[in-house]
Amino acid sequence: MIAVNAQDVVVEIGSMPILVHTTSPEFVEILEKRYGAYVNPTAKPVFEFELEIVSSASLSGALDPDEDLSVRFEQGQWVLERGDFHAELDSNLRHGRIRQTAAPYAIDAAFRIVHSLILAKQGGLLVHSASVVRNGRAFLFAGVSGAGKTTISRLAPADATLLTDEISYIRREGDGYIAFGTPFSGELAQHGDNVCAPLAAVYLLRQGPENRIDPVSEADAVRAVMESVLFFAHDTELVGHVFDSVCNLVQTVPVRRLTFVPDSRIWELIG
Amino acid sequence: MSAVYIARNKEVAARKLGGEMMIMSGRDSTLFSLNQTATAIWQAADGVTPLAEIVTGKLCAEFDVDPAVALRDAEELVAGLEQHGILKVSNVPIVDAQ
Repeated sequence: MIAVNAQDVVVEIGSMPILVHTTSPEFVEILEKRYGAYVNPTAKPVFEFELEIVSSASLSGALDPDEDLSVRFEQGQWVLERGDFHAELDSNLRHGRIRQTAAPYAIDAAFRIVHSLILAKQGGLLVHSASVVRNGRAFLFAGVSGAGKTTISRLAPADATLLTDEISYIRREGDGYIAFGTPFSGELAQHGDNVCAPLAAVYLLRQGPENRIDPVSEADAVRAVMESVLFFAHDTELVGHVFDSVCNLVQTVPVRRLTFVPDSRIWELIG
Repeated sequence: MSAVYIARNKEVAARKLGGEMMIMSGRDSTLFSLNQTATAIWQAADGVTPLAEIVTGKLCAEFDVDPAVALRDAEELVAGLEQHGILKVSNVPIVDAQ
């Protein structure tokens, strides 16, 4: 069991608590502010990070900060690198080390990858999509960049709860799936609420001249969802788990094509 | 001409959804969709049945095609699937295919 000390921060997303140990009290405050309602000091961590705050100049081999995150699998460990951080993690040992600048968002990438690795083996998925809860049921909206994930989130009625406008977190539970809120935000730049609900439908977004919902074949649904899943191609077993999870998802939860004009009337069709 | 044996690559995941066989390559995460003929070959690729026998026993029986034409088409198809890492191809039985 992973022990939690006073200087540690436990961030629990999707019922998966991750401990971050740092010797910097200032960064503890930054993390607590960054992750807000997702900080849960009483949760029992399933993964721990040792985090060292360093200057950007000391990050050996630092990449251009504007470049994409580099992820590779080397000698049994995942290595994540970007201009503002370097991380190594072992998903089997459930332990990782991060060297990063004091930027509050640098650790986001590490969190996403740890969650995707552990979730994949549990039949769960991180999906590049928005998700919203209404009347106790969650709806997921997937689509390419610009398809309207943030727009449909913005248009949600007042009685809806935003889980995320960027990265949806779904976990298999019983015969269905549960969608959880995440602190991973997109253009809305706000946390999703830290709540969860049974996933009632997946909508593949497309903006068009009218509001309509159309059926999607299972095969097309798999293709579309696979395009939106966050995972890393370096591990054959992991790829198989993710593919199986997506197939299970589309056979369990209705997947529909949602064409919409960007106004609030679309929500009359949803749910 | 020596016999050709084919086996499903263990590094791919396969699911049949709505009548369509989908194959996910673990090597490069590419998603493939097989047509009916390719699906029949994939399902019969046990490593020990010669391709010619698969063609006569499965394809010709199921799709009513000329055996010589079907074998030629199947050889091309198998070569393509091998290139994508979906099938293993050998001139001897592939004993660890199961």
